Order: sequence, then C-alpha cells, then structure tokens
Amino acid sequence: MPSVSMTVNGKPVSGEVEGRTLLVDFLRETVRLTGTHIGCDTSQCGACTVHVDGRSVKSCAMLALQADGASITTIEGVAPGGPDGELHPMQEAFRDNHGLQCGFCTPGMVMAALALVEKNPDPSEQDVRDGLEGNLCRCTGYQNIVKSILDGAKAMREGA
Amino acid sequence: MYNFIYHKPATLDAALENFAAADDGQFMAGGQTMIPVLKQRLAMPSDVIDLGKVDGLTGIEHTAGTLTIGAMTPHADVASSETVQSAIPALAALAGRIGDPHVRNRGTIGGSIANNDPAADYPAALLGLGATVKTSKREIAADDFFVDLFETALDDGEVITHVSFPVPDAAAYEKLENPASRFALVGVMVARTGNDVRVAVTGAGPCVFRAAEMEQALTADFSPGALDGIAVAADDLNTDIHASAEYRAHLIGVLARRCVTRLA
Repeated sequence: MPSVSMTVNGKPVSGEVEGRTLLVDFLRETVRLTGTHIGCDTSQCGACTVHVDGRSVKSCAMLALQADGASITTIEGVAPGGPDGELHPMQEAFRDNHGLQCGFCTPGMVMAALALVEKNPDPSEQDVRDGLEGNLCRCTGYQNIVKSILDGAKAMREGA
Repeated sequence: MYNFIYHKPATLDAALENFAAADDGQFMAGGQTMIPVLKQRLAMPSDVIDLGKVDGLTGIEHTAGTLTIGAMTPHADVASSETVQSAIPALAALAGRIGDPHVRNRGTIGGSIANNDPAADYPAALLGLGATVKTSKREIAADDFFVDLFETALDDGEVITHVSFPVPDAAAYEKLENPASRFALVGVMVARTGNDVRVAVTGAGPCVFRAAEMEQALTADFSPGALDGIAVAADDLNTDIHASAEYRAHLIGVLARRCVTRLA
C-alpha cells in the first residue's frame, strides 16, 4: 500500500493508506484524532472541516494521499495548551454563547470560523453567515453559532 | 468508493504518461465533484492521476487585454485575486459564489469546466466572455468546448492547462442559486465589448448556451428595455424537483435584465 506523511497539529505523522482512503479517515483511524467528525460524507455538512496548509477544507472530499507533505490543523490542534489545557478564544466563545447543542457540527464550525477570521479579523454578521455556507447544524442553532463567532473574533482581535 | 492506483505526477508530460499507461485512467483536479462521484460508485477508474502538483497549471496573469488563469487555480484564488477583480470583476464575483468557502479552497476552474455540470457557474463565464481553453495539445474556443450534458470537446487523455479570457468593456453575472448546493438554478452572464454583446445561460438547459435573440437585441440597444418581449422557449430547458422549465425560462429574462441594469 502507498505510504503517506504529513504534519498534523505540528507533529509529523505517517501511515499506509489505500488510494481511496479519505483524509478524514486517515485522521480519525490512523492518527486517532476523532475530533474531526464525519457527518454527511457527501461534502455538504462541513463537520469534517480541517485546515490544510492554512486553508479550510472538507476532509471527506480530499484523499489522504493528496495531503502528502501538507500541514494539517484539526480541532485538537486549536487550543494553545493542547486538548487538556486552556481553550482557544474561539472555543471559549462557543462555550460562553451556547454555540452548540449536540456538538456534532462544532469542530467543523470552529475550524470554519478560524479560517474566516484569519482572512477577515472583523467580520460582520453577514460575513459570518456567508462564511458558514459550507457548515450545517442540524440542531439549527445558527443564531448562537453566529454570536459565538462574532464574539470569538472580537476576543482574538483583543488578544492579538 | 472502489479502490484505484493513485498517481501524483510533477509535470504535465508525466501526467500524460500516467494516463497512457493506465487501463482506465481519470485525471483529478480539485476533486470536489470527482471524489463524491467516486464515493457513489458512479465511476470506477483503474488509476486516478492527481493534477494537484503538476508544475505550471496555477496562477493568474493579465497582459494586453487578456486574463489567463491556470487550470488548477482554486475558486478562492480567482475570487480574491486583485488582478481578476480589476480586469473582470464579474469573474471574481462569480468565483466567490461557487459552492462554499471550503469547496472554493479546493475546486478549480479546470476541473469545473472539464466536468461541465449543467448548473455550474464557470461555463457561463467562459461562454459569456468568449474565452479560449488551452489544453495539452490545442486551443478550443468556449463556443466549441461545451458540447452537451457533462460532455466537452476534450479528447481522452487531454488536459486543460489554462483558460484565457479577453477582457470585456463590461460584464455582469447574476444567478439564482439553489440555497442548499449553491449551484445555479439559472445563471446568466452578460458581457459587452464595443458593440458586441454575449449572453450565456447556465443551469437552465442540459448544457450552457447563448441566448441569441437577447444578444441581437442588446447589440442594437444595450438597455434593459431591449429585452422586453423576448422570451426564451421552455421547450429544451430542464424540469426537476427544484424548478420547472417554464420557471427557468422566466428566470433567464429576469436575470439577464438584472445584468443589463447593472451595466447600462
């Protein structure tokens, strides 16, 4: 089987995969990072959103081999102190604003939010809604997700 | 998804060799349509040849009235390019409304037009702007490139390398999008260069097409009123769960008027 190597949350990882292995399956099953969720598996819901070389990507619509040599950030790599440490301000904002109900879409929402704020540090509410076009929440909790992202962006600006 | 042999060539020549050596090879651009198609087992290539690392297929250049975009340039880069925004702002805006932000980071202009989805946005841009598709072996005018439903003039083993757009005096694109998929229920591109007007329609029929009667009317009089009384026949248009052919025919008129109103 072909082998693949990439950097995930700053650490080099490698493994053997099939041609058809999706990046999300590699991350969950080989790297054992299960924070990246598989929601629809039809590239609509965005629960699997990760950053590949700094860009938000649906990891169910990318082959693991396409990411060979790339630098990946997953939800586990977002908090500055690691998974057991202090939350990232965007994660904190989701907690403070009740930005999640069941939480299944949240990792993708946070990764989409961070990609949005990277490009646009002071987004309007409409910018946030447009930025979430690729992410679905089936608890329909969009109001608080938008509030969370606006609040998280503000906290990031103030912390920067 | 059926399994396949994956290739990641670094040059166009190597990609063409991979294809020639494969039993049933398939090129892959950004994969935003192709990976879902493979998952649904609608295709079963023996070999997938990823164009993602092929040298020389990305980038945006504006020289002497022509805007050239590398086939593997993602939609997000076209949308945010200052070069595109200043040369053909309607093209940057169109690219910025394809799919969603994550899809725009992976999906490419070459992949979109090679697939020729009847509801894709880029075919309207190429046809409306009178673009030229450059491939591994020739140049094809947009008028000849889009042949039918998911069918183009590309031969087996032919790879799109660039698309060049003549810069128009003015152009606008309007679409009514499916709120779930962001594909165009109908999309209309109107471009004017001197007295020459082109009107291209996507989403409405089995393949992107030019609205000849609208073009003639707008060439004579470039104003929204010139479109009064011109109806596109619903006969050859699509009916599906999203809209009837009659509704799509109506939308063509509405969206074309909006384009002209913005430009007139």
